[in-house]
Amino acid sequence: MENTTVEIDIEQELQKLSSRIEFLREKIKKGEKHRIGELVELRRRFKELAKRKMSSLSAWERVQLARHPKRPHTIDYINNIFTDFVELHGDRKFGDDKAIIAGFAFFEGEPVAVIGHEKGRDTKEKIERNFGMPHPEGYRKAIRVMRLAEKFRRPVFTFIDTPGAFPGIGAEERGQSQAIAESLLVMGELRVPIIATVIGEGGSGGALALGVADRVLMLENSIYSVISPEGCAAILFKSQENAPEAAESLKITAENLKELGVIDEVIKEPLGGAHLQPVKMYRLLKRALRVNLKCLKRFPVEELIQKRQEKFYSMGIYQEK
Amino acid sequence: MGLKKFLGKLTGKRKIKIEKGEWIKCEKCKNLVYSEDLIKNLKICPHCGYHFRMTAEERVKSVLDEIKTFDLFPSLKPTDPLKFKDTKRYKDRLKEAKEKTGLNEAMVVSHGKILDSEVVLGVMDFRFMGGSMGSVVGEKFVRGAEFAIKNKIPFIVFTASGGARMQESILSLMQMAKTAIAVGKLNDNKILYITVLTDPTMGGVSASFAFLGDIIIAEPESLIGFAGPRVIEQTIKQQLPEGFQKAEFLLEKGQIDMVVDRKNLKKTLYTLIKQTQG
Repeated sequence: MENTTVEIDIEQELQKLSSRIEFLREKIKKGEKHRIGELVELRRRFKELAKRKMSSLSAWERVQLARHPKRPHTIDYINNIFTDFVELHGDRKFGDDKAIIAGFAFFEGEPVAVIGHEKGRDTKEKIERNFGMPHPEGYRKAIRVMRLAEKFRRPVFTFIDTPGAFPGIGAEERGQSQAIAESLLVMGELRVPIIATVIGEGGSGGALALGVADRVLMLENSIYSVISPEGCAAILFKSQENAPEAAESLKITAENLKELGVIDEVIKEPLGGAHLQPVKMYRLLKRALRVNLKCLKRFPVEELIQKRQEKFYSMGIYQEK
Repeated sequence: MGLKKFLGKLTGKRKIKIEKGEWIKCEKCKNLVYSEDLIKNLKICPHCGYHFRMTAEERVKSVLDEIKTFDLFPSLKPTDPLKFKDTKRYKDRLKEAKEKTGLNEAMVVSHGKILDSEVVLGVMDFRFMGGSMGSVVGEKFVRGAEFAIKNKIPFIVFTASGGARMQESILSLMQMAKTAIAVGKLNDNKILYITVLTDPTMGGVSASFAFLGDIIIAEPESLIGFAGPRVIEQTIKQQLPEGFQKAEFLLEKGQIDMVVDRKNLKKTLYTLIKQTQG
């Protein structure tokens, strides 16, 4: 990859600028009005740099952004978009999988269910949450909460952010395939509106298991793919080092997926990426969720399900002659 | 690279199509078997009972007593929507697979009878790009399910697949949702849906229609799972136990209903149909 080092420099510069802007804003709030000129200048530089960076992003750079360590996670969206989140635990069969968070909350005063992958922030939490890679019990917990939402006629919001379902011994023994398959089936016929948002990494079946929705939204710099670029490169290209090439071939960006009709809407991120201005990101996503929910609530449930099923039935490109 | 080796192992070495008049070395017991004897014996090794993989055609013939239509949807053909290119072009891979198998895709949906019971039979062929599921496989599954609903007859599907087809990328992934929705419709219409998992059944096929059967049968010693064994080994950095992800292991873990020898398969299917239908 040419330019990689340059891009990383820009990223660091943007981070620096972004924290200095925050710092100055605080100062100005506290009365240092004379520094406004400085702030304006910083903002101008930030904008210019961010634009330069974002205008020519490769698929591989999107992958880096989607996996950015500071990118907002499901937990952040829950805390900043919803109120009174009550987390529910366990699948009632085996255990509680912390790679998936699920529960009820209020969205602008309206009771809803929220389910999402959570990767964890610091090392300890990442290990606890298994880097957002669920075991079967995670999907079974998600299914349980979806059924509860259906019972109490609450819309479901899901947030997708996982490298994939966990490939491990226990996961296989306890039916990873069955758990994912059942989640697909349940979402396909759930009698309440479902809005899924890909907020970071949409890794394969483990992501889709929370993604069979009436509306599938995707943040501008998130990715959604049948296999990780690294995995694809290892199998189809010569080695894992061809991941950037694989990322390009796989068409995994929000823009690509919108063109293919796999997702319904691309949500703009703040300039430079969600991690640089998370508060703005929450606001942008909240607005999109509001608009989509309002739209879905107009449909009688039978029509809603029919439309959802027809949408997924229409996916795929083939010849017929 | 482990993954590549694993895939090579799945696709490369084993020969599925067996020509007449040749001696075949059994992959398990290493004894030589004359090809005609092997074919007559449903491709089960007469020495050790090892089940060789079957082509879609062999499978359909071995299950159906009467074939009304071998291929219900012959007009569905794959394209290259993403213009996917890795070390080879997807278009070329498709062409090779077609020439090798004489099939349009990795799944054939047939209509016929097991004794006096009319069924729709979906059969995957591992020779066609590792039985991978792309847009056409998903669409064929859906149409097969619809045919079963319309004619009120059971839908029986034999799986053999490495998973989703990478060359169709996200479109392949979406076939998992599509086929799962089709199974939901089979359920709504009280149609019997049986899956028979054969060697191998992995990834996106395993995690969608394969594990949604009302009854899930597996052939002896078939490799069945979500993640490939090499991927698991690399992730957890330990060796996998003997027999891990084999049909018998899944039976013990409660993931499937039964492991059925190929010789008893047709009878088992027929009995299950009689016990649930009419």
